[in-house]
Order: sequence, then C-alpha cells, then structure tokens
Amino acid sequence: MLFHTRFLLPAAVITIRSAEAGIKERGTTPFISRKSAGKTIVKRASGKSIDAAETECYPMTNMIHQPLDFEKPIFELEKKIEEFRQLSSSEGIDLSDEISRLEKKVKKLREETFSNLNAWKIIQLSRHPERPYTYDYIYLISNEFIEIHGDRRFKDDPALVAGIGLIDKHRVVFIGEQKGRGAKDRALRNFGMPHPEGYRKAMRAMDLAQKFGLPIITFIDTPGAYPGIGAEERGQAEAISASILKLASLPVPVIGCIIGEGSSGGALAIGLVDKMLMLEYAVYSVISPEGCASILWKDQSKAPLAAEALKLTSYELNKAGIADTLLKEPPGGAHNDSKLMAQTIKDALLNALEELNAIPPDELVKNRYARYRTIGQFREAAE
Amino acid sequence: MPLFGSDNKTKNSLDGLWIKCNNCGEIIYKKEVEKNLKVCPKCNYHFRLSSEEWINILIDQNSFHELWPDIESIDPLDFKDRTRYRDKLKETQKQTGKKDAIVTGYGLINELFVHIGIFDFNFMGGSMGSVVGEKITRLIEKTAEEQSNLLIVTSSGGARMQEGIFSLLQMAKTNAALSRLNGSKSLYMALLTDPTTGGVAASFASIADIIIAEPKALIGFAGPRVISDTIGQKLPEGFQRAEFLLEHGMIDMVVERKVIKKTITQIIRLLGNTGRRTVQL
Ligand SMILES: [Zn+2]
Repeated sequence: MLFHTRFLLPAAVITIRSAEAGIKERGTTPFISRKSAGKTIVKRASGKSIDAAETECYPMTNMIHQPLDFEKPIFELEKKIEEFRQLSSSEGIDLSDEISRLEKKVKKLREETFSNLNAWKIIQLSRHPERPYTYDYIYLISNEFIEIHGDRRFKDDPALVAGIGLIDKHRVVFIGEQKGRGAKDRALRNFGMPHPEGYRKAMRAMDLAQKFGLPIITFIDTPGAYPGIGAEERGQAEAISASILKLASLPVPVIGCIIGEGSSGGALAIGLVDKMLMLEYAVYSVISPEGCASILWKDQSKAPLAAEALKLTSYELNKAGIADTLLKEPPGGAHNDSKLMAQTIKDALLNALEELNAIPPDELVKNRYARYRTIGQFREAAE
Repeated sequence: MPLFGSDNKTKNSLDGLWIKCNNCGEIIYKKEVEKNLKVCPKCNYHFRLSSEEWINILIDQNSFHELWPDIESIDPLDFKDRTRYRDKLKETQKQTGKKDAIVTGYGLINELFVHIGIFDFNFMGGSMGSVVGEKITRLIEKTAEEQSNLLIVTSSGGARMQEGIFSLLQMAKTNAALSRLNGSKSLYMALLTDPTTGGVAASFASIADIIIAEPKALIGFAGPRVISDTIGQKLPEGFQRAEFLLEHGMIDMVVERKVIKKTITQIIRLLGNTGRRTVQL
C-alpha cells in the first residue's frame, strides 16, 4: 500500500538498517551511507536486493519533512487527504468523493505551482533536503557499484564519491559530489563541498577510466568547493584546475549530469564533458546567488534578484547550449518520485553512452575541445 | 624615461605625490616607490602594475606587439545589478582606455621570443569573462602552433559574475587549450601577482610548468573574507600569501620584481624555445 509515511512517522530522523524497508515505503530511494572506509559494496545481482549488512540506509521518508514555502499549500492539502483517509478507515465513513475531489485539487495546484517557477524557487528546489543525491541515483541506476576511496595523498573525502558501476551491460566510472542526509551525515559529507583530496580522488577515478577504457558519468551537486584553511593549504585551486585539465584529454566518453546545485569551480571540476544532462530544477552557475548579491548588490537579501540575473536554470542553459539535454522532473520535483527521475536519467545516460561509445577516442577528444572552444560571447571589430 | 607615469591620471597633487601601501599602510612618497619598481621600501609589498608597466619591466624596448586588441564583451546575459553591466563596461573602458581585463601579444625578453598575456586588475578586478577567456585561449593556441614560450601575468579576483556561466566555462576553455599546449612541448610560465584568486587561480594560473609569484601576493581559490565567514574565525598571519603557497608546495618560487626579468630569461634559456630572437612588428 502506498501511503504518505512522512505524516505518520514521528518527527525524528530514524536510521533503519533495511534497504527493503526503504524501498517499500513511499516507493522511494534509500540513502546509502558509507560508515567504514573501504567496505562499501552495494550489490544488486538480481536488481532487487541490496546487501544491507554493509550499508546503512536512511529511507528518505524518515526525514523531518520541511516543505518549501511555496510548497506549503500543496503540503496542507495532502495532509488533509491523509486525514480523510485515516478517518474513513478508522471510522468506516465513506469519504471517497471528498478524497478524489481533493486529489484533483492538489494535482491542479501542483501543476500550477510548478509550471511557473521563478529562478529563486528553482534554487530552493535544487537544494531541497529531500532531493535525491548522487548515491541515490547510483543505487537506482546501476545493478552493481563498488566504491573507491582516498586520494592516495592525504585522505578520503566523503563529499565526493567515486567508483565503478554497471548500468545494464555498461561498465562505467561514477564520480559525484555527495551531500549528506540527516545532521550527522551532512556534516560527514561537508554539505557536498569537496576538499582538494576529493578532486584528487576524482582524478584517480579518471585514471582508472582511462586505463580500463570505461566511460565516465559525473553527478554534479555541490554548493561549491570548500573555502577553508586546510583546503587552501592543500591547493584547492590546483586540484580543481588539474581535474578540469585531465578531463580535457581523457580518451573515454565523459557524460555529466547536473542533479541539484552546480555551483562554480567546485562543479566545473567534474564538469568538462562530452554531453551535459541537466535536471529540470537543477541549477548551474558561476557563483551562488547569495555570493553574487553580496558582492554586486552589497546585500545578500537580494539573492532572488541575483538568481534571476545569472540565468542559471535548466531552461536558460539548455537554450544557451550549455546543457545538451534537459531532463523533465516528476510533478513536484525529483524528490516526489525519485524512481521515476532515476529512470529518466538512466534512459538519457544509455542514449548518450550509445552515441559516444561509437566515436573513436581521438575524435572524442577533438570534439570535446571544439565544444568548449566555442563557448563565450564577444564581438571583434575588424582591424 | 619614467618607467611609470604614462598611466598616472591622478589630478590631485596631494594624491599624486603620496601613496598608501596596501600591505603595511605606510604613506610613502610616490617617487620613491616608482624609483623602486613600485615596491614598498618599508615592507617590500609589490604594488599592482598595469599591463603597460609590466611590458616596460619585462619586454625589450620596442619589441612588444599586441594581438587581438579589439575583442570586447557583448553582455551576453543582459545583466543588471544596481547598474547595467554594459554601462559599467563602457565606463571602465573609458576610464582605463582598455577594452577588457587582459592585454595579449608577443615580444622579446632579453632577445628571447615569448607570447605574453597580462591582466589589468584595474579593469573590473581583472575578472575573466568571455573576452579574457578567448584571448588567453588564442594565446595558448598560438604558442602551441608556433612552439614558442608562453608567459601569463595574472592579477584577478576570478570569474566575471556578470557573464554568468559563460565566465565559468572560460576555465574549461583555457584548460582544454593548455592540455593541447602540453602536447606541443612549449614552455608555459605563470607569474602570479597580487591578487590571483577564484576562477583564474582554479584554472590556467595553477597549472603552469613553472609558477612564479611576487612577494606577498594574495593567491588562493576562495577569498579570505569568504573563508573567515565560513569557518567563523580569524585567518592566520600570512595565510594565502605567496610565501605561504611556496611553503605548502603550490608554487615554484617567489621572485622580487627587480630580478624578475632575469629569472624569466633564465627559465626560458633552460627549458624554453631559444631559437627565435626577432619579432615582426
Ligand atoms: Zn608597505
């Protein structure tokens, strides 16, 4: 039975050690969290089961559900429907007419709300705490995944994950920024803001891809590379630059997918690609709207204006040719149906893989160069 | 011939006579600083130079030839904050006499041929948008094509926000060009001057064959204010200065302005292409 567990569960973050439970509840994605270094093996030989003993899963349903401001009217209606449902089952009253009327209403309200989102609302959606993250998509898209750890220089950075996976018959290397789910995990993942060692781990994954001739899939979802003392000491700028440089010459297909926040150099570090997919409510920007507002407006509260001015939505980036494919999100956003979202991404990835696998390596690198060579707009007076 | 003076537009005689050091805060007699290659005699801070001043210091007299001087921004996002970006551009162009934040070209350094790009920090903080990215990319391509030597003198706060994603992707464009340059075996030197941060630091500036920095230059990915706001504490003395980067293994050397030409000459002699000794002007 499909029901809105988020209203029934106590308002606390509970850790459930069963992936199956996670899948059953609300048809949503369990979150796979690595706790012991070097031990994460997620196997789904049958495509159904996952080795729960080795992974700790946080079903997304167990989160404290915090609707965004503009989601609240929808949320209230859903709550009402849920109350009616409970009432009819516990009291035996037939409220089906009322329920179906409200269901229609909520559907219409959702459509209206989401058909007309401004950039600032999209920013909020891209950062929605229930939005599926890199691990979620890897889990939902691949039949097998084995994670690698560490940069072999300093440490393992949990804010950026990488590994080798299998999508149907395709062996691929996954690289992606990983935000945390729940207070503890969010801190562990540093809110998806990698340190230099994260990008150096990404480069190790790229080397593996090159050596074994595997295509690379990157999931971009970061508020930015971490601005901190240790990050600077260990060369954040160099790590990002070296990662971009390496991607430019890799003789294997590189497909990017912006799944949430694609912010600044921290996103671009894994974003020089042959083909860029972008989720409808993801964003891709040179700077966060808050940062832009505080510099150009001298006032952080002008972030909504900055968000508009930066032209950072999937629609604008698709029009500008920066995002090749815009992937529509389920009604209400990716977090409302992560399985459907994952299927959409998977289909797009398979298409891209098929297309890019047919191109000889040297041509791939040449095309990739041409792709970025022409980006930029300027005028040049004839001399 | 006065080394610095051509770009001195200050009318106010008091301002014109004295300047305040960015680093130690001393008020110094301007002539004294200029005689000293614009280095603070009190604390050795290296003042920011304009591209003309760098050409005077680095390039043999009358050997500089500018390339692509007429590329300018078209305001691709139609960007407006409190003012319109295109108005700000026009105003800055008028003020500086430059089209954008970088001058590119070629010339001789002690009779050795180089392709050179020099940032002008006083043009919107030396920020990189489509124009800067395009000129650097052309310069890198030209260097690769002619297997010459490349020197980029940076001074930049990072990507130009007003051109949005196009600015960010200039980092990809320049680095892709550098990956080609690596294949051509041409020498690439970066001279990082105060400040070199953000998107410029996180792209071509950090991956040169030889990275030189000026004393006390601020170099880093994030600006110091962003970092102290994020971590909620004061930053240690000397953090993100050239000497700090040297200590942490991020750059090859910190070189005083008075010996910079000599040092670069030496590097070209040892690593670079020394075959070309003339320029066509
Ligand atoms: Zn001083």
